[in-house]
Amino acid sequence: MSETQPAGLGSVARAVAWRSIHNFLTNPAFLVPALMFPLFFFVSFAGGLAAIGEVPGFDFPTGYTAFQFVFVLLQSAAFGGVFTGFAMARDFETGFGRRYMLAAGHRSGIVFGYALAAIVRAFITWAVLTTVALVANMEIAGSAGEIVALYALALLVNIAATMWAAGVALRVRSIQGGPLMQFPTFLILFLAPVYVPLDLLSGWIHTIASINPITALLEAGRGFISGDPVLVGAAFGIGILLTLLFGAWARGGLRSAEAAG
Amino acid sequence: MSSSLRNQVGQLARRSILRTLRQPAQIVPAIVFPMFLLAVNAGGLKDATNLPGFPTDSYLTFILAVPFIQGALFSVMNSGTDLARDIETGFLNRLALTPLRGAALLSGLLAGAVVLGLVQAVVYLSVGLLAGAELAAGAGGALVLILLSVTITVAFGTIGLFAALRFGSGEAVQGLFPVFFVFLFLSAMTLPLDLLTTDWFHAIASVNPVTYLLEAIRSLLIEGWNIGQLALGFAIAAAIGAIGMTAASSALKTRLVRT
Repeated sequence: MSETQPAGLGSVARAVAWRSIHNFLTNPAFLVPALMFPLFFFVSFAGGLAAIGEVPGFDFPTGYTAFQFVFVLLQSAAFGGVFTGFAMARDFETGFGRRYMLAAGHRSGIVFGYALAAIVRAFITWAVLTTVALVANMEIAGSAGEIVALYALALLVNIAATMWAAGVALRVRSIQGGPLMQFPTFLILFLAPVYVPLDLLSGWIHTIASINPITALLEAGRGFISGDPVLVGAAFGIGILLTLLFGAWARGGLRSAEAAG
Repeated sequence: MSSSLRNQVGQLARRSILRTLRQPAQIVPAIVFPMFLLAVNAGGLKDATNLPGFPTDSYLTFILAVPFIQGALFSVMNSGTDLARDIETGFLNRLALTPLRGAALLSGLLAGAVVLGLVQAVVYLSVGLLAGAELAAGAGGALVLILLSVTITVAFGTIGLFAALRFGSGEAVQGLFPVFFVFLFLSAMTLPLDLLTTDWFHAIASVNPVTYLLEAIRSLLIEGWNIGQLALGFAIAAAIGAIGMTAASSALKTRLVRT
C-alpha cells in the first residue's frame, strides 16, 4: 500500500497561488478595486495636477504624466502585495489557512504561493495601467532595457510589500490586521517625492523624503522612463534589502502561525 | 413637530451620538487620515503657489478645504455602517414593531453624523490655523465654515443611510467609500478650476458638485466673504441632503415592508 507523500514546496506554492488568483479573477469585489485604484490615482494625479509640470524648476523631460506613472506603478505594486495580505488574513480568519498548514509538507510554500499570486495580480494591474497611460499619450524616452528595469523595480516592491503584509497576516490571522498592513505602506509611499522631484520639496517633507528609501526607488524609476537612469544600484539594493528583510519578517510570521496551531 | 415625534427623534439621536462617541475606530480615522493627507499635500505641493493665477501664496490655506470634504465622506461610512449593523443584528426589525416614525428614525440616526461633523470641523480648522493657514473671513467666517462643514457631513451621511437601507450590509456600505473618493479626486481638489489644464479633467471637475463645495470653503479661507460661492456651497449640500433623505425614506419604506 503506498503512503500519501506530503506536498512539496513547489506544489504547495502552485496550489495556493492558483486558488488565490482564481479568487481574485472571479470575484469582482477583489478584481475591480485592484484595477480601479491605480487607474483612479493615475487619472487624478496626471490629469488634475498636469499644471505642476509648469512650476519653475520642474524639468522632468518626459512630462508630468510619465512622472506620475512611475509613482502609481510602484504604488500599485505595493498595494497589490498588501491586498494579497488581506486575502491571506481572510483565509486564516475563516480557518482555511489552518487547513493549508495541516496539508502542506513545506509550509514556506504557502507564503511563496501567495507571493506568486501577488505577482500575477500585479502584472494584470500593470497591463491595464500601462495601456491607459499609453492611450493617454504618455511619453517614454527610456530604452527597452530601462523599461524592463522599471518593471523589475516594481516587482521587487511588490514582493517586499507582499512579505510585509504576509508577516502581519500570519501574526494577526484576522482581517482586522488590515490597517496595520495598509497604513505604514501608505505612509512610506506618500512621504516620498510624490508630486514634484525631491529638489523642489522643502521643509519637513524634504527632510523625511531624503531619508525615505522609497525616494531612491521613485527617482530610479523616473530615471528609467525618461532615459536618464539615476540611483540604479541604490534602488535595486534597497529593493532587494527590503525583500530580504520582509521575507524574514514573513518567515517569523509563519513560525508564529505554526506555534498558534 | 409633535412632542411624540420630538421624543422619538431625541431617543434615537442620543443613541446615535453615544454610539459614535464610544467608537474611537469611527472618530480617529476620520480625523487622522485627512490631517495626514493635509500635511503631505501642503508640503509636497507648496510650489503650486508659483503657478501664475494661483489664488494664494499659502498652499496650506488652499488645501485646508479638502479635509472638510474627506471628513464628510467618512460620515457616509459611519452613518451607513451603524444603520447596516442595526439591520444585520435585527434591531431595525424590532424598531419596526414600535410606532416609531420613519422620519424620526432617519433624523435621529443623523445626530451622530452632526456630532462627528462638528468635532471634525473644529479639529481641522484648529490644526490648519495652528499650522499657519489663513482665514480671511475672520471669526464669523470660522462659524460659517463649521456650519457648512456640518451641513456637508449630514448631506453625505444621508447617502450612507440610503446605502445601508438599500443593501442592508455593512460591507456594501464600506464598498461605497472608494466610489465617493472618485468624486473628490476628480474635482478641483489640488488646484483651482482655472489651473486644471487637462481639458477632459477640467470638464469633469466643472460639473462635479464637490468642486463647488470646496470653492465655498476656500472662499472663506482665501477671499473672505463671497456670498455667491457660499450660497452655492450651501445649496449643493442641501440638495445632496434632500436627495439622500428622499432616497433613504423610500428605501426605508421598502425595507420595513420586507421585514
